[in-house]
Amino acid sequence: MLKIKDYKRIARDARKKIVIMHSRSNSSHIGSAFSVVEILVSLYFCIMRIKPDDPCWEGRDRFILSKGHAASALYAVLALKGFFPENILDTYAIDGGKLFGHVTKDVVPGAETSTGSLGHGLSIGAGMAIAGKYDKRKFRVFVLMSDGECDEGAIWETALFASHHKLDNLVAIIDYNKLQSFGRTNEVVNLEPLAKKWEAFGWAVREVDGHSFPRLIRIFSSIPLQRYKPNLIIAHTIKGKGISFMENKLEWHYKSPDETHLAMALNELKIK
Amino acid sequence: MRQSFIKVLTELARKDEKIFLLTGDLGFSVFEKFREEFPHRFLNIGVAEQNMIGIASGLALSGKIVFVYSIIPFLIMRPFEQIRLDICYQNVNVKIVGSGGGFAYGSAGCTHHATEDISIMRSLPNMTVICPADPVETELAIKCSVEYDGPVYIRIGREKQKIYYKEPEFKIGKGIIVREGDHITIISTGDMLKNVLEAARKLSEMNIDARIISMHTVKPIDAAVILKSANETKAIFTVEEHNIIGGLGSAVAEVLMESRCKNIIFRRIGIPDTFAKKVGSQEYLKEVYGLSVDSILKTIVEVYDGNRRKRNKKKSFL
Repeated sequence: MLKIKDYKRIARDARKKIVIMHSRSNSSHIGSAFSVVEILVSLYFCIMRIKPDDPCWEGRDRFILSKGHAASALYAVLALKGFFPENILDTYAIDGGKLFGHVTKDVVPGAETSTGSLGHGLSIGAGMAIAGKYDKRKFRVFVLMSDGECDEGAIWETALFASHHKLDNLVAIIDYNKLQSFGRTNEVVNLEPLAKKWEAFGWAVREVDGHSFPRLIRIFSSIPLQRYKPNLIIAHTIKGKGISFMENKLEWHYKSPDETHLAMALNELKIK
Repeated sequence: MRQSFIKVLTELARKDEKIFLLTGDLGFSVFEKFREEFPHRFLNIGVAEQNMIGIASGLALSGKIVFVYSIIPFLIMRPFEQIRLDICYQNVNVKIVGSGGGFAYGSAGCTHHATEDISIMRSLPNMTVICPADPVETELAIKCSVEYDGPVYIRIGREKQKIYYKEPEFKIGKGIIVREGDHITIISTGDMLKNVLEAARKLSEMNIDARIISMHTVKPIDAAVILKSANETKAIFTVEEHNIIGGLGSAVAEVLMESRCKNIIFRRIGIPDTFAKKVGSQEYLKEVYGLSVDSILKTIVEVYDGNRRKRNKKKSFL
């Protein structure tokens, strides 16, 4: 049984891998990846029923990274969980590499759904949840979305549909770091009151500190939050979390760490 | 053709519990019995096509064979990116059945016309594109699509009358030679076949013997039957109720231009690159845009005779 300090160690390891992946490939979205590390580690190391050595096991919980641009975080966590050898991470977003900068299905075990265009994951998840109910299987479907992604109309089509069909096996998580591609969410298109909107659509909603393992695990463990209602967890996070000079900075949606950044980042992660 | 679709799908769904039918709130007086018989495998997603395609993908990723249905523009153009990424990129077992090929919704207007769909769907990797000619081909297309593992787009039209008296051999990617002929070949897709057959009958009265191919599958295109006809007849015409750009005619042209058949007379017959500017029924709009029996006949005779005369002239100079 893992303890909180173990989850913290895994999160630190994941961040190390992520910063190296982005630095090596000169690729964007490191801030978006750091924002979801604790969510992914809680799901993959504590909450989800999965078998890394049998990734297509029919009873598994499903996970869709609808914010597919945080692929480096998912790949790092899958590798740490043992879905595939860690050296595959070296092929992230480089010429001739194996891993695209956005999640690609079947390229590595554990990557179930291709994403990268926002607003697709929730409806795919709803389809899986319907199939689960029809087949009378107990698996849950977790869909991790970004806050900016909630601008997409398709999200709200599924919000209507999932509550109508009482999909309490569907768990949507919003990574609410309040920074989208070109500005603060409350300046671009204000999402507030976000929880009330989802509640009005018929979802069971909880808000949580998206970097606190005890709080994330407590909430994830109480799913379904309410019987016959789809679950929405608003995770309050910090873009670029874990590296002081990246935290809450829009530019780290785009920039990739150069050698100096990399050394500074690895040094910070070592101290922690 | 909608009735044939639902009839055969109902039969298949009885045998295969994996089959689901999703609709974007359409199917009044067509889907009621299916809904009654399979209440848990019929989902009216509502007027939300993006969501419908995503849900279809999720169901297919969970092992289901999923049919999605709506009027073509709403079904494939509104959620185009969901079709590209959730269906084609992930190569899942979803059958996209579109109602109203070409001008089928005639007087409803251009919002409901499907005149660029073949071109759009043909450009997507992993996608198979089938346009059945009549109720018989529709049933066979649906059956074959269930046996085939992967994305299929099936464009159905309004034609209720059967063209085939006995069941033809139907294979995805293989054109059907509906009529033999030695002079010219007319390749048709979808329910243009009816007018093409009628035009061929009139051509034979003028001593032009037309071979007719029903090219129900536009992708993958049956290159073999095209090349065979290019070698055995003097001219190839394509006929489609679709924009002249990117559909059947383009697919056939691609095959011919990369072949050694350089002397073949070739002409595409389709809708000019325009939105319909006149109001009227499917038959009326077909007439306006050169797809009536007489218009097809006229184009064929002009092109074929014109070329023949030119060639004879050249010969007489020699």
